[in-house]
Amino acid sequence: MCGIAGLIHRGKSSKVGHELQGMLQALKHRGEDSTGYALYGDTDGKNFIMRFKVGENVGEGSTSVAEDVSVYDERKKIVDSYLSELGAKIIKEERILPYSLRYEIEYEKKDLLNFSQKIESIPGVEILSMGKSLEVIKDLGNAKMVCDRYNLDKLVGTHAIGHARMATESGVDIKSAHPFWGYPFSDVSVVHNGQLTNYWNNRRSLENKGMRFMSECDSELIAVYLAEKMRDGASLEEGMKESLTGLDGVFTYFVATKDSLGMAKDTMAAKPLVLYESDDLVAMGSEEIAIRSILPQEIDTYDPFDGEVKVWQI
Amino acid sequence: MANLKNTEKKTKAQAMGMHTEVLTGRTQQKFFNPDEAENFYYFGTYDVDFNKRTDLDVKDMTAAEANKEIDNLMSQGYGTIVIKNPQGKHSLGVGILNKLNLIFEGSLGYFGMGSCDGPIVRINGRVGWSCAENLMAGKVVIEKNAGSCFGAAIRGGDLICKGSVGARTGIDMKGGTIIIGGDAGAFTGFMMQRGRIIILGDVGINLGDSMYDGTIFIGGQIGSYGSDAVDSELTKSDQDWLKRKLKVAEIGENFDVSKMKKIVAGKKLWNYDNLEPTEKKGAI
Repeated sequence: MCGIAGLIHRGKSSKVGHELQGMLQALKHRGEDSTGYALYGDTDGKNFIMRFKVGENVGEGSTSVAEDVSVYDERKKIVDSYLSELGAKIIKEERILPYSLRYEIEYEKKDLLNFSQKIESIPGVEILSMGKSLEVIKDLGNAKMVCDRYNLDKLVGTHAIGHARMATESGVDIKSAHPFWGYPFSDVSVVHNGQLTNYWNNRRSLENKGMRFMSECDSELIAVYLAEKMRDGASLEEGMKESLTGLDGVFTYFVATKDSLGMAKDTMAAKPLVLYESDDLVAMGSEEIAIRSILPQEIDTYDPFDGEVKVWQI
Repeated sequence: MANLKNTEKKTKAQAMGMHTEVLTGRTQQKFFNPDEAENFYYFGTYDVDFNKRTDLDVKDMTAAEANKEIDNLMSQGYGTIVIKNPQGKHSLGVGILNKLNLIFEGSLGYFGMGSCDGPIVRINGRVGWSCAENLMAGKVVIEKNAGSCFGAAIRGGDLICKGSVGARTGIDMKGGTIIIGGDAGAFTGFMMQRGRIIILGDVGINLGDSMYDGTIFIGGQIGSYGSDAVDSELTKSDQDWLKRKLKVAEIGENFDVSKMKKIVAGKKLWNYDNLEPTEKKGAI
């Protein structure tokens, strides 16, 4: 079933990690195989923040194969050496969990495609996000468990999207968890609720055009699809509108960039979405209780209609 | 076809002229007998007094606890219950088979007021998906917007939303009336079988798709017609009924109903006028 939630503060920052945790936890009955956050934090915008994993969480419920921590250490060493080869300088390094790392890096080049391909050529290594504001954090368990595990409660920023996942067509692992980074675009992320029925046709077509897929989760297609449209010069909103016909199936998805948040709903309107919009805050989720977790007072909300695309700026 | 014949022994209802004939044979028909009214027991109902009023704060309750407490209050004779702080909780107010004035001071989540038979409900907020699903009788008024599948499979009663509603409003409805003050989404009246839908605003694509029967009245623009949904003439009696219904619903009282479009089933997909095979044999 899955649940999605997102919010954007306009003209101010807030504890978006804490707020999104509350929204996603309210949706935990829609799935708690894994939970993911795409948080757009307040930064000076100078350095890239790279969130990446060198292995999988092999805890209870995981479909991944257990590996020795020494394997993770070895992969990390190779990542460090590759970064050096690419001319990227590590400014700050955090190893939050044995398999999950956060680097602040100084990297002058704009082309993230070659950068990502080089890093991800290391078996078992995946960049979860790359951006000057975006940080994608995803792991097994419900929203509170992931939030506590990664200390997301205090993260201050302008906007965020998140996903509570009930695994259906792919494994219970981090690589299949949402949000998906809009590889190779800096600061683009996507979450999705629904099923895409032309996944393989689209995937083959996009792979032939040089795009990369890391999982077999149909939702990843949206991130790659939009990334390809933007690579060809389309704006985010144009890409989203094209997706209404380019993607087949039932879906509601959110996409976020460094300074914007958007939603799209398929032409069948088969997946739920409730939206609250005011001058200084937009909050949306699969169910109203997600919004109520941050706005308990009486508010006006509505369901976007079929085939609707909306984008908000910070 | 069942045999019809006059009977010598008349029930009170028949004596009053309510029925003049009875069915015999395989088809049985049971008439309501006013003399036996006191012997009827409707499970889950209570004798309530509308003037006996109380508040119920459900902020820290689960939906099951809140619904159980509503039932408990009805058993104590409370006929007017005001629910405070519903805060978008799912499945509130379901399964009420009683006359009752129920007021929600806030919004409901999914499946609110499902499978009800008889209560008069006012929701001073918004409702999520599948509000009043399977409503059999009564009246449910929503002051703000509603989600998708509004009034799915209702059999009777009046379901009124003063704002806009999502997709598939009145899907599979089998009776009753749905009135929408704003716009409605795609597939409105999808596979509806009976009843009436009134939309004062615009409506999305595939209106009345695969509808078997029933009537849809639209005041605004139509995105597109669904399979087998066709226009029909808006008669004087239709207009009178619309005016009366909108007035009772306290919605669009000054709306010009003469400009509304009337959509019915073309009955090309299904035709109830066709006789069943066994009936065809009898006719021959």
